[in-house]
Amino acid sequence: MNEIMKKHLTVLFFSILLGACSSDNGGGPMSDDVDPAPTSFERGPILENWADNIIIPSYESFAIQLEALNASFDAFKADTNESNLLALRASWLSAYKVWQHVSMFEIGPAEAVGLRLNMNIYPSNTEKIEGHIASGSYDLSLSSNRDAKGFPALDYLINGLAENDAAIVSKFNTTDNDELVAYFDAVLSDMTMLSVQVLSEWKEGYRDNFVAADGASSTASLDRFVNDYILYYEKYVRAGKMGIPLGVFSGSPLPGNVEAYHKGNVSKELFLEGLNAVQDFFNGKHYGKSSTGQSLASYLDALNTVKEGDDLKKMINDQFNAARTLVEGLSTFKEEIATKTPPVEMLLAYDEVQRVVPLLKVDMVSAMSISIDFVDADGD
Amino acid sequence: MTLFQHKYLFKAVEAAPLAVFRILFGMMMFFGLIRFAWYGWIDKFYITPKFFFSYYGFEWIKPLGNYTYLLFGVCAIAAVMIAIGYKYRMAIIVFFLSFTYIELMDKTTYLNHYYFISILAFLMIFLPANAYYSLDALKNPKNAFQKIPAWTIGSLKLLLGIVYVYAGLAKLNSDWLLHAMPLKIWLPSKFDLPVLGSLLHLEWVQYAFSWGGALYDLTIPFLLMYGKTRPYAFFTVVIFHVLTRVLFPIGMFPYIMIVSTLIFFNAPVHHKILNFLDKILKIGKHRFDNNRSLISLNTTRNYLKFSVIILFFAVQFLFPFRYLAYPGELFWTEEGYRFSWRVMLIEKSGYAQFKIVDGKSGKWFYVDNSDFLTSFQEKQMAFQPDFILEYAHFLKDHFEHDGHQKVAVYVNSMVTLNGRLSKPYIDPKIDLTQENESFEHKTWILPFNDEITGL
Repeated sequence: MNEIMKKHLTVLFFSILLGACSSDNGGGPMSDDVDPAPTSFERGPILENWADNIIIPSYESFAIQLEALNASFDAFKADTNESNLLALRASWLSAYKVWQHVSMFEIGPAEAVGLRLNMNIYPSNTEKIEGHIASGSYDLSLSSNRDAKGFPALDYLINGLAENDAAIVSKFNTTDNDELVAYFDAVLSDMTMLSVQVLSEWKEGYRDNFVAADGASSTASLDRFVNDYILYYEKYVRAGKMGIPLGVFSGSPLPGNVEAYHKGNVSKELFLEGLNAVQDFFNGKHYGKSSTGQSLASYLDALNTVKEGDDLKKMINDQFNAARTLVEGLSTFKEEIATKTPPVEMLLAYDEVQRVVPLLKVDMVSAMSISIDFVDADGD
Repeated sequence: MTLFQHKYLFKAVEAAPLAVFRILFGMMMFFGLIRFAWYGWIDKFYITPKFFFSYYGFEWIKPLGNYTYLLFGVCAIAAVMIAIGYKYRMAIIVFFLSFTYIELMDKTTYLNHYYFISILAFLMIFLPANAYYSLDALKNPKNAFQKIPAWTIGSLKLLLGIVYVYAGLAKLNSDWLLHAMPLKIWLPSKFDLPVLGSLLHLEWVQYAFSWGGALYDLTIPFLLMYGKTRPYAFFTVVIFHVLTRVLFPIGMFPYIMIVSTLIFFNAPVHHKILNFLDKILKIGKHRFDNNRSLISLNTTRNYLKFSVIILFFAVQFLFPFRYLAYPGELFWTEEGYRFSWRVMLIEKSGYAQFKIVDGKSGKWFYVDNSDFLTSFQEKQMAFQPDFILEYAHFLKDHFEHDGHQKVAVYVNSMVTLNGRLSKPYIDPKIDLTQENESFEHKTWILPFNDEITGL
């Protein structure tokens, strides 16, 4: 027997002693007899739940929405009148809302085609759109045309083309309407093509790759997606839908930068839809159902059984709810921003929306030990 | 000469251990630099970013644009020259300067082990590492010595001992020992490791790793010094560092430490290693076994050299304790945290939102940090006060250049430390442009309001 072996045994002895003591003191779910469900730290089940119950169903629902939007446009083309315009608008809004549920999944196939940037860059460039319609020659696959297509372009074409519905219908009814209709078709088919492609890639192979990368590193699915998810909330929900039009990044309000500007009164609705999608994803809520599965929330719970720390899951949900309550109390974003100087209530609501960010980006990421980058590190 | 000096410092010992150390060090550094370039990190860390965080007093050290590649190239060539022992003195000086320059370019990438390499290279400038089994010794037999003074090898052991023991002392705090933090956070996330993975969420395993780690650091240099314990100690070194390699993203460091601890072995081991190497290289190791001893003469030059080395070690002993001069919790303020062998010690993360106020128009707006910083820089900036301050000054300059006037910069920041709930970090009412970097305590860091006891 040598010293080092003795030392090791001593360490082991003290460690076991300590472990036992602290479980006793904590009175938590840990004890010597009960194994605290080791599977709860595995990330595979979370990824499966995300892929099979949230991501793919969301894309499927979105595909159906786009089909309906296509059908509405066909009906409008066949019989261009105000009631069909209203129907087309309803389909557009309905699809736009479901879009808020898929926009955050910018990983894998969606990342490869840049789905978010192709679908929803706003404000749209109306001059560019008019130019394309006038010239009849354009290539929507060019990245320079991203601000002339997607939902914001459709927003312009069905809401912003003229003063009122009758005038918009008449724009589509004029004899030289071919280029306008063709442009509408081109935008729609570009959106349809990209989303069909993303969905089919998820189903044919990517889903399995996504679930298989169940480790913990900067290349593992969970680490990668959590980073993307937080970035989405911070940049596209908090800043894009609210902060930027509100002017918190520029010093003066930019009412022209609200989402669905030409429709005018749905930016708040779209924001809330986006907020719900983000919170539902956090809780692992199955798309279109009330059931839930393994998620960031359940993972935080599992970690807490060891750490016996603060109930982060509850705090994050509380903050999402607080943000929602304040935003729901606002008038339309356009009205808040354009009529109030400064828009005090919306700024206060923004602060609540903002408060979610450190909870996700600091507390949750730290608790889960998520890697943000592939880089050498020796502790902070 | 006193007996102590005669017996311990200037006693002639085999030069082989130092030669092996030199060869392995050079090779490790070469591969480390190649690895760094291979991952595209030169571009990612030193070319792409628009802004770089400087060390206080070294603001003049910046990346060199595309010449940064050249800098890495020079450093890598110097590493090879060290390994083969060709123009060693010049090579180690060039290596020390280029490597240190690289590390000083942006403190975002600060790692204890980079600092270790810098100071180790500095120490090696003064060691006759090319006396044995080197190209220098081969080409100039006049400078070839089979034996060198014992202090040369002893100084390397001392430096390694300091690194380990100080790393161990840093672990003697309540978070580490009594709460198993931050291992309690880090270990469960490694559930996917074979065999070990399923154990890492167990609380006693987390405590065992915490206590075992502290005990390892505190005792290993002593166990390596004695022949009887040395083989077991070295075995533990290998296990420990392989484990840290598997568990944490610490790059080359584990290998460097494993290789470095070979210096503790007696010369026969190193002769064996060199014999093995010689079978491949076919230089003829016997040509270096000339039984000549390098004697340190009482020259002014040597007197100066020893003064520098003694000063160097005095700094090494005292510098890590500078944190005692600052009020507040070290892990929270990080005043005196770096360059002190605090390795894998805290899980800290933050969020900082900067508010720019135009003093003339009264307009204000928030900054999108990703406009100026990479995600890695943003992460590192958000929980370290000196980063936050430097960035605030950069923002002032940037926005004043953009036409804003009398810019004031405020920050709303939240920081979490070792699993504690995040709380406000920097006083949001303080205009950071009015504060300047110094060695004095930063009064605008909000209090920790918790206690971590220990060293």
